[in-house]
Amino acid sequence: MIERISRLGRRGCDLLEAVGRAGLFLAQSMFGRPTMGGISLWIAQVYMVGVLSLAIILVSGLFIGMVLALQGYTILVDFGAADALGQMVSLALLRELAPVVAALLFAGRAGSALTAEIGLMKATEQLTSMEMIGVDPLRRIVAPRLWAGFVSLPLLTIGFSVVGIYGGYLVGVEWLGVFEGSYWGNMQASVGFFNDIGNGIVKSLMFALVVTWIAVFQGYDLIPTSEGISRATTRTVVYSSLAVLGLDFVLTAVMFGGLS
Amino acid sequence: MTASSLVEVENLHFTRGDRDIFRGVDLSIPRGKITAIMGPSGTGKTTLLKLIGGQLAPSAGRVLIDGHDVHRLSRKDLFQMRRRMGMLFQSGALFSDLSVFENVAFPLRVHTDLPESMVRDVVLMKLEAVGLRGARDLMPSELSGGMTRRVALARAVALDPELILYDEPFVGQDPISMGVLVQLIRRLNQALGLTSVVVSHDIKETLSIADYVYVVADGRVMAHGTPASLDVEQDPRVSQFVHGEPDGPVPFHYPANDFYDDILGQEEA
Amino acid sequence: MKRSKTMELSVGLFMLAGILGLVFLGLKVSGLDLQRADDTFELRANFANIGGLKPRARVTMAGVTVGRVESIDLNTEWYDAEVVMSLDNELSGMLPDDSTAAILTSGLLGEQYIGLSVGGSPEMIEDGGVVRDTQSALVLEELIQQFVSNLTKD
Repeated sequence: MIERISRLGRRGCDLLEAVGRAGLFLAQSMFGRPTMGGISLWIAQVYMVGVLSLAIILVSGLFIGMVLALQGYTILVDFGAADALGQMVSLALLRELAPVVAALLFAGRAGSALTAEIGLMKATEQLTSMEMIGVDPLRRIVAPRLWAGFVSLPLLTIGFSVVGIYGGYLVGVEWLGVFEGSYWGNMQASVGFFNDIGNGIVKSLMFALVVTWIAVFQGYDLIPTSEGISRATTRTVVYSSLAVLGLDFVLTAVMFGGLS
Repeated sequence: MTASSLVEVENLHFTRGDRDIFRGVDLSIPRGKITAIMGPSGTGKTTLLKLIGGQLAPSAGRVLIDGHDVHRLSRKDLFQMRRRMGMLFQSGALFSDLSVFENVAFPLRVHTDLPESMVRDVVLMKLEAVGLRGARDLMPSELSGGMTRRVALARAVALDPELILYDEPFVGQDPISMGVLVQLIRRLNQALGLTSVVVSHDIKETLSIADYVYVVADGRVMAHGTPASLDVEQDPRVSQFVHGEPDGPVPFHYPANDFYDDILGQEEA
Repeated sequence: MKRSKTMELSVGLFMLAGILGLVFLGLKVSGLDLQRADDTFELRANFANIGGLKPRARVTMAGVTVGRVESIDLNTEWYDAEVVMSLDNELSGMLPDDSTAAILTSGLLGEQYIGLSVGGSPEMIEDGGVVRDTQSALVLEELIQQFVSNLTKD
């Protein structure tokens, strides 16, 4: 019994220590003095993390918008409110689906790649050798990746929303015959720039921070063997998905739930 | 001895988890010579290099480089100190996103403000020294194991360090690249007046270039001397290692029950 | 070096596309009007009951959207709702001072908006002026109540 309690205590200490380490890690890499060639390193990472994720994000966005319109139409038409389709599609995408789904896809596409890449660098002693040369790998390797993720995901989320709303337009207006003017008009009447678009972007900024942080930290902190890398990659996807969904609830409650 | 030694390791203790890796290691590495640290696998030779390089902190004892205690230095001073050290990693540890040229140029760009043309000259000089000037535009993934290590060597000496640490430079090399590396290490040492520390368990190659040898096992220095004196060392453990005998004081068998009991005892049970 | 050039180009396009996407969302989806700051003028109207009118609701004239509701506040002197609208500059000084503002509903359950109709007075409302003749929102409960009480009277 006592053994169990002490094991629980040890777990708690380990967890706290890991959180502390991750926090220090974030602070050191994000706010440390940038190294030489900072911008070009960052551009290369935006390419890896953002541009290469664009295809999966846009295709998913298109389909989600189309499905939303299809599902929404069958319900709304029963209430004679098919004109509100644009409003429904756009609000659902901007407030909720685009930030969350884009973050989940981003964790799977870019987060796992980040973990594996940094883990491989650790396993092949690149991080150690960089430190021996006198360059802090936190600044040179980790910081550009963190900042790239932080910028890329909001842009991807915007792309997701735009394509999704267009997908809703294709299905709703072109196929199901909702009047085009009411699709856009109802949307414009109900979507607030700061309330809906702005809050969606704030959400995706938070998700970007959390997902890239988890991905990069898992890579940096893993056990440098092939098994360690594969485990850390899995952990990245699991932890960041859970973190995104949990954080989404909190943010939604604060932004739209009247809790503020 | 103290006056001419660059690195002094005094009474070094290091534990990882519950395991004592080092229990009082004393080393003194003379300036301008090649010192070898040898020992069976798993005795923490790489750990010793990391302790010297200041990447790990010992639980007791200290490491002096040129009179400075490595583990008492501030982060900034430590990075300054590392400028004077080069380290060759077991896997080469070339940065996989940079070309061969950029890998060798990396330390120069970090620590100096040399104009681009000068960087180019220095890099080509270093690459010429390891015979890979023609490979400057290749990426690390396109190199063979031996070439990788030679590029890493060029990178380690890019800043003309005083001290260079070799971590298992001969592991996994074919005989030709092994010979090339042995020759390179010796030549670099003579030409640049480097102090070299070679950690290895390849006896023949290491003994052929080392000026002085430490044998580390069981967390302490078991023997030290010149290669010639170690060859005739009487201590059975040392002679087993130096002559590569399969069985001796270091047993062939992992500790186990009596073989006879193990086989027959199971049937009785 | 060619590889890094195309990389830089694609990153640049990516950022540009993101910003264009944001502009699209702003203009087309939320109907944000970039020229509002200098191309509009303000008009006030007091309503006894605004029903479900919200800020940013449309202001129409003959069914054409000519502006938006800026803000809605309670006027503590008269205890009615003071609505501030911003209208297209084209209409500045063109509205007679006996124009009326009514809160209307689009469809049975749709959102509420303000409909302006022009009067015949020779005097025009200035920027920041007040529309005096207003018609409150129809509140369904009140209508039903009236209907029921009329029935019981008979």
